[in-house]
Amino acid sequence: MKAIITVFEGFGSTLQLLVQAASHLGSLPRQRARFIEQCYLIGYTTLPIVAILSFFIGSVLALQAGYSMQNFGAKQFIGSLVGLSMARELGPVMVAILLAGRVGSAITAELASMKVYQEVDALVTMNIPPARILVLPRLAAVLVMVPVLAIIADLVGWFGGAIVAKNVAFISIEPEAYFSVLRRYMKFQDVLNGLIKAETFGFVVVLVCCNIGLNTRGGPREIGAAVTRAVVASLILILVLDYFVTKALM
Amino acid sequence: MPALPPSPAVTTRESPAAGVRLENLSKRFGSHVVLQDITLTIEPGEIFVLMGPSGSGKSVLLKHLVGLEAPTSGRAWINGHDATAESTRALVRMAMVFQAGALFNSLTVYDNLALFLREHRLGSEADIRTKVRHALQILSLAGTAAKFPSELSGGMKKRVAIARALVMEPQLMLYDEPTSELDPVMSATITEIIASLKDEYHVTTVVVSHDRDLALNIADRVGILMDSRLIFLGTPAELRQPQDERVARFLYPQIDLAHPRYKQLET
Ligand SMILES: Nc1ncnc2c1ncn2[C@@H]1O[C@H](COP(=O)(O)OP(=O)(O)OP(=O)(O)O)[C@@H](O)[C@H]1O
Ligand SMILES: [Mg+2]
Repeated sequence: MKAIITVFEGFGSTLQLLVQAASHLGSLPRQRARFIEQCYLIGYTTLPIVAILSFFIGSVLALQAGYSMQNFGAKQFIGSLVGLSMARELGPVMVAILLAGRVGSAITAELASMKVYQEVDALVTMNIPPARILVLPRLAAVLVMVPVLAIIADLVGWFGGAIVAKNVAFISIEPEAYFSVLRRYMKFQDVLNGLIKAETFGFVVVLVCCNIGLNTRGGPREIGAAVTRAVVASLILILVLDYFVTKALM
Repeated sequence: MPALPPSPAVTTRESPAAGVRLENLSKRFGSHVVLQDITLTIEPGEIFVLMGPSGSGKSVLLKHLVGLEAPTSGRAWINGHDATAESTRALVRMAMVFQAGALFNSLTVYDNLALFLREHRLGSEADIRTKVRHALQILSLAGTAAKFPSELSGGMKKRVAIARALVMEPQLMLYDEPTSELDPVMSATITEIIASLKDEYHVTTVVVSHDRDLALNIADRVGILMDSRLIFLGTPAELRQPQDERVARFLYPQIDLAHPRYKQLET
């Protein structure tokens, strides 16, 4: 019972934070420096790991597809399988999960420490709403950077699949064939759906991580607990939302 | 007492100092009663010093004035506005020097001081620089502008926190133990600054302090918080000859090496 109440409270306070942040939208142009800093932290620093992971996910997809399709003589369709899986599902989910682990945890740690060391209280007494300077720039930055990350994940994943398809002996499909199938069976809509998903997940992850950070109470020990809670909540939300957003977009 | 050098970017804001009124204010954390039925009026422009044993709820009381804590029962009013309402902070400019400083760790000392002015767009970057430099200079912090809080000593952090509050030119100034952690000369300097700010800006000042010199020298009135109640409320003159046994024992404890207190507790 208590757990259910906590979940609903968390839901309520997250929505409240979103409304507060949105109410300061007009201040965004003045916060250009913070926005750019957050874009850098969210986008640029996550890029290498996104690239590495999507390369290997694309490769593994091609490998598994090649292995299971060789008996049906359907392996020339590997390109479309890798392309669609990457764009519609794995790219967005992977970007969101990396975002939760790398960026979300850092956000929660930073805001929780600001809360615990009364920096947030200091902001409040100065009549500077934390939602305006701590949350809004991060939300804006994630909205801008996530599509970029997701597109890069897609491209690198497709590329990884192509390399495997060409070089693994039992597959041996030339890149031209791979990419022509990929292009034939993939619609712009598929890529767009993936971007919408990534955008939704990324936004929710950052919002939830901000909220958990700002609601931290107690001493330094709570900072660690808050980070764990934020990452777990993010992962659950990503997978639950994944189902519903995918369904809604079909 | 030396007057402060005039602020180079004197604001002509004739802000009326804020009055404070607590009405039957009580605060509990769970079953732990911290404040009980506190009624108190602090006049605009007054310097009110709040004393009391460690853990008696002084910091909690200060937080009620800026709306960081909400009373369990009773009310706190600032200039007739409910202290818990968010709008009050927009109507009355309040600054608080937190006991632990509460500096923004990710910002330099300079940016810590400038943040309030920048966020509320109070002046050009040049005006802000003048004000920030002035505040840093008053508190002998001139060399620290580019440093981060983690690079400062405890007493320096405290002074930065005070400088950050000064820059705000508030109507209500709250200090939580401004002179703890400071050497005697710096304590005296801070005491002088607190007093001259009142003359210069006519700000209402509430100081939580264990510093008897500060209380006796600059307070208009002193309150003593003990056992969750206000057991003394009066002028420094009255404080010098306390009637109440508890006040006398708190303010002028005898150091008795033959019968140390901690041993009396053991038996
Ligand atoms: N957020 C909180 N939750 C629970 N208890 C609290 C909280 N804040 C303060 N307290 C309790 O309230 C009491 C008063 O605390 P407060 O910080 O006001 O003491 P103080 O008078 O400022 O002491 P000191 O002189 O040591 O700073 C303490 O017993 C403390 O444990
Ligand atoms: Mg205290």
